[in-house]
Amino acid sequence: MLSVDLAARKAGVRPGTPVAKAQALYPDLIIMDADQEGDRIGLEKLALWFQQRIAPLVAVDVPDGLVLDTTGADHLHGGEPAMLAEMVRRLREAGITAKAVVADTLGAAHALARYGRARALVVSAGETAATIADLPIEALRLPDNMIEGLRALGVATIASLAAMPRAPLALRFGPDVARRLDQAYGRISEAILPVRPVDPVTVSRNFAEPIGAAETIARYIGKLVLPLCQGLEERGQGARRLDLVLHRVDSRTEAIRIATATPVRDVKRLTRLLCEKIETIDPGFGIERMVLTATLAEPIAPRQKISSLIAEEEPDVSDLIDTLANRVGHHSLYRFAPVESDVPERSFCRVPALAPDDQKDWPHHWPRPTRLLPRPEPIETMAVLPDHPPVFFVWRGIRRRVKCADGPERVFGEWWQGDAELTTVRDYFRLEDTSGERFWVYRSGDGEHGETGSQGWFLHGIFG
Amino acid sequence: MSTPLSRPPLEALRDQIRRLEGSATRRRAVLPFGIRDIDRRLPGGGLALGALHEVAGGGNDALNSAAAGQFAAGIAARTKGKVLWIVTRQDLFAPALKQVGLGGSRVIYVEAGADQDVLACFEEGLRHGGLGAVVAEVARLSMTASRRLQLAAETSGALGIAVRRWRRQTEAADFGQPTASVTRWRISVLPSETLPVPGVGRARWLLELIRARAGESADFEVEACDGKGRLSLPAAVADGPDQEKAGRRRTRA
Repeated sequence: MLSVDLAARKAGVRPGTPVAKAQALYPDLIIMDADQEGDRIGLEKLALWFQQRIAPLVAVDVPDGLVLDTTGADHLHGGEPAMLAEMVRRLREAGITAKAVVADTLGAAHALARYGRARALVVSAGETAATIADLPIEALRLPDNMIEGLRALGVATIASLAAMPRAPLALRFGPDVARRLDQAYGRISEAILPVRPVDPVTVSRNFAEPIGAAETIARYIGKLVLPLCQGLEERGQGARRLDLVLHRVDSRTEAIRIATATPVRDVKRLTRLLCEKIETIDPGFGIERMVLTATLAEPIAPRQKISSLIAEEEPDVSDLIDTLANRVGHHSLYRFAPVESDVPERSFCRVPALAPDDQKDWPHHWPRPTRLLPRPEPIETMAVLPDHPPVFFVWRGIRRRVKCADGPERVFGEWWQGDAELTTVRDYFRLEDTSGERFWVYRSGDGEHGETGSQGWFLHGIFG
Repeated sequence: MSTPLSRPPLEALRDQIRRLEGSATRRRAVLPFGIRDIDRRLPGGGLALGALHEVAGGGNDALNSAAAGQFAAGIAARTKGKVLWIVTRQDLFAPALKQVGLGGSRVIYVEAGADQDVLACFEEGLRHGGLGAVVAEVARLSMTASRRLQLAAETSGALGIAVRRWRRQTEAADFGQPTASVTRWRISVLPSETLPVPGVGRARWLLELIRARAGESADFEVEACDGKGRLSLPAAVADGPDQEKAGRRRTRA
């Protein structure tokens, strides 16, 4: 057990209890695997949140802590106690139980936050030594074997450890004990490694005179995209999503968002995508500030161009894809990729237009109709059972005599999709009527056994 | 039948017209059908690239556009590069396009909400120039819209095919309205060739070239696209000995 919640603690489970023992104590215990990597990422996100709201210097203290240098930041939150209370309250609202301590040194704050009793505690300047004196030596961030060794010597609290002579301690346990003690008391300084957020590339422009004409906006979009692309180039990135925020003189904002299928750093292309959306904004009495941000950027890898000696290069259509996708939406732009299924409506799926091409393809042995009806339409027929094509059929109120036909092509239900399809069968026929029109019809069922389908006829496609 | 003009004056006249049309700077590239009878009727000896072509189905196919769609797919399959296919309602069956040589990896579909969006995407696709062909299924095509599309195709050299597809049979009369497209085709299904055994033979179409700029209209009876998107003449119509032999071979097989 690495960590337990309050209910489990009440049931008698403690961190460090073997799982088998805990389950013996309480059989319905919910046990989740520890995800250390996930915890670390979560902690880093939390650190960035703290950095934006509380203090500029925030470090991650793996596995369960955050270290903040709040010097000069507390008065912004109404003093140190108010700041701590606010931090703990906010975390509790987010479902995190936390303790917060402000102390002169990192070592002391670390110790008090983990082994102190108060939920939020402010240690006044100069009282550090007295406050941490009664804490157990585990609070000193020492390795487990040293703690055991010190306990064997009868040392239990920090005060008693501090009172011991230094030289024999250093001889037996190495320099760590003295260093941790000095860090806790503030005799030597300790640096923290603050997290550094990656700001998105942002460029902005203020106007002395508000602008409103579409051409003017377009011109300044062009002037903003250029430094943005330079900024992206310095980072080796390309934009996947751009947000252009236009501040109007009446302090309202208008926004344009564009997205691209692949990372793009082409000034012309991004300008064009942005300019196409100008008509969607309302400049009102004028725009006085424009801010362009690459909210989503991805690395661009330089690509080897295909030499004309090896193969003819296919023209790049990704810019066209972006233009169209920003017009009709990403979901309306797609390719069909094969799916291994004999059921016609399941034999294809939609993939993004620029998805890599897997070499699969549809089987080629039976003719397929150019148009497949969205859902098969019931038709009235007369046919000899079990495996003859219809003699005539009525579709959408028109009666057609069948001149010649091909089939049946039997398609079995996919039993792995569901129990209902365990026995179902479709028999597909290709029919040609007397006027030459060709249709794809099927009978639901094999014409002999009731469990294979309703034995009704459906029209599913039209051949060219 | 008028007396045939002597060659030089006719050529001079054509040059003059071409200059007036503004496309004198470069010779038009064409995509031949590979059938002498059809290519002979088309100016330049094939379907002009950098131009807009119109295709519609005849009879019930005006609503379903199955034959017209396959005809367009066959043409698109014979071009190089990606193909943009713009629709309002998606009912194309991709494995069928594969069977006329247009693989799933080559076609990018755009599902536009209304006819205006279809035309806007169509123009955008034609203007790009990096595509093999741009196919759009559109019901109404006004003179202004078609002229815009034709100009976009001319500037980029892309092949544009407008598959005219209506929702009601009565609207199909719209196909008579003039547009700026270079050729206009109507595809009607014909009974397939009779096989000596039960079954459906290779599909046949009646290909009507209703309008061709600087050309004459004509009718052809053809066999539908094969695995590479090529049409062929039925054995009975073809006057070449090799075609006859091929036809006889097929009936024997």
